[in-house]
Amino acid sequence: MSVRRGNGPGLRRSMFAAPYGLWMLIFTMAPIFIIVFYAFTIGGKPTLENFKLFLEPEFVGILTFSLWLAFLCTVICLVFGYPTALFLASRDLKRSAMMAVLFVIPMWMNFLLRTYAWMSLLEDTGLINRFLTFIGVGRKKLMYTENAVLFGLVYNFLPFMIFPIYSVLKRSDLHLEEAAQDLGANGWQVFLKVTLPLSLPGVVSGVSMVFMPAVTTFVIPRLLGGGSFMMFGDLIENQFLTTGDWNFGSALSLIMMALILISLGFLNNANPEGEEGALW
Amino acid sequence: MVMKRLRWVYIALVLVFLYAPIVVLIAYSFNASETRAVWGGLSLRWYAELFRDKGIMDALYVTVSVALLATMAATVLGTLAAIGIHSMRSGMRAVFMNVTNLPMLTPDIVTGVSLMALFIFAKLPRGYGTMLLAHITFDTPYVIFSVLPRLKRMNKHLYEAALDLGATPSRALVRVILPEISPGMVTGALLAFTMSLDDFVISYFTSVRTANLSVLIYSMTRRKVPPTINALSAIMFVTVLSLLLLVNRRDARSDKSKLKGA
Repeated sequence: MSVRRGNGPGLRRSMFAAPYGLWMLIFTMAPIFIIVFYAFTIGGKPTLENFKLFLEPEFVGILTFSLWLAFLCTVICLVFGYPTALFLASRDLKRSAMMAVLFVIPMWMNFLLRTYAWMSLLEDTGLINRFLTFIGVGRKKLMYTENAVLFGLVYNFLPFMIFPIYSVLKRSDLHLEEAAQDLGANGWQVFLKVTLPLSLPGVVSGVSMVFMPAVTTFVIPRLLGGGSFMMFGDLIENQFLTTGDWNFGSALSLIMMALILISLGFLNNANPEGEEGALW
Repeated sequence: MVMKRLRWVYIALVLVFLYAPIVVLIAYSFNASETRAVWGGLSLRWYAELFRDKGIMDALYVTVSVALLATMAATVLGTLAAIGIHSMRSGMRAVFMNVTNLPMLTPDIVTGVSLMALFIFAKLPRGYGTMLLAHITFDTPYVIFSVLPRLKRMNKHLYEAALDLGATPSRALVRVILPEISPGMVTGALLAFTMSLDDFVISYFTSVRTANLSVLIYSMTRRKVPPTINALSAIMFVTVLSLLLLVNRRDARSDKSKLKGA
């Protein structure tokens, strides 16, 4: 900023952010304030009852179930996504950039449509069951099971695991792997001692990008689980739209936010390079 | 050699998994029969009926118009904010950046219920307008995060040079700063647009009287999904594909340094 112009364009230019500041005050800060207010009151009187209610086994059970399912989803995405990212990023793969785009395209399709399509594949008279009957295995109950929910979570969030790992590997220094080879490391050693550590920041952001939405989703369990497997997101939605208990719903929302912020902080610590959120 | 083959097989399998539901939707869109259980031969019937379905057409209009309006508003608001934030002192900047990060870290469902609470509290009827306000709110940070890196990379002496050569600050802004940051604005706008198009959770909570496509599809899956939805999926898929190819071309032409830009 030029020093000569006393009251300076710098000062005036920071005012450009004023409309946005006002906007965020109304549409980000005020809503959070309302949620905090509802969470700590009942009928306008301050209380911690809403948080105490959460401690009932039924609700803690829903939280642990969500965490468990999201954890399984993250592990499965990592197990299948890591090799995908590794193969996609390998130097001798032709048209690697184009292949990466192929992985992006499905994500751009409305996720409700894709989940609905899985419903038609998994249902009792769906293609998969007809195939199973055809080859003589017989009909299996696939829809409205815990596994269907898990399957839907993995399907929706797998690309979020692949991309961060892929982009970190793609950006990493090719010479490091070559140097390791020149120094006599075999394929496995190169992978374990060079490639894997290099890819860790990508793994960390992948894990957070899969785990967070998996814990908070309410649509996928609703559609594929048929509402019989309640996750934490369902519970919040229920409080606001069905039960109408805004106080309890707000407390649950705050618990969820705290959970997300804590796990993000935890993941950021594990990730000194701070790659989180760099999807593209 | 064997390793290489296996690699291709693996990648192909993952792609099959990712594309399976899309292929199914497109295949069923040409199915003449009303139910999924029967294959009634090829037909374009559902495409014809799609354009006569007022519910779907209305939802499509809502989705696209909200996404366009929200993107425009977010691009203006976000670009101004980025320029402002860029010239702030560090303390103030930290406050703004934290507030900008907040909606990106907050789970959609919490953003949704909290905005719903705000609109009900303010006695605003939840419909098209509130949905638009919500979309602008979650779109704007994407623009800011796309424009800020451009501003940081920009040579700040260019702006001062323009002032020294007699340009007014506003003229220097339009002629010097805007051209420098416009690629970031486009990236941010595209991101915002896709986020808006795809949003379900926040729209679901912030609008009861107006449905966008996601909300409509959700309510259909709770009852009965008409086959016209398959035709809609096929059209959407082709649209997305062409949009993505277009964007990819643009990216390939512009500089590589953008890789980290968004």
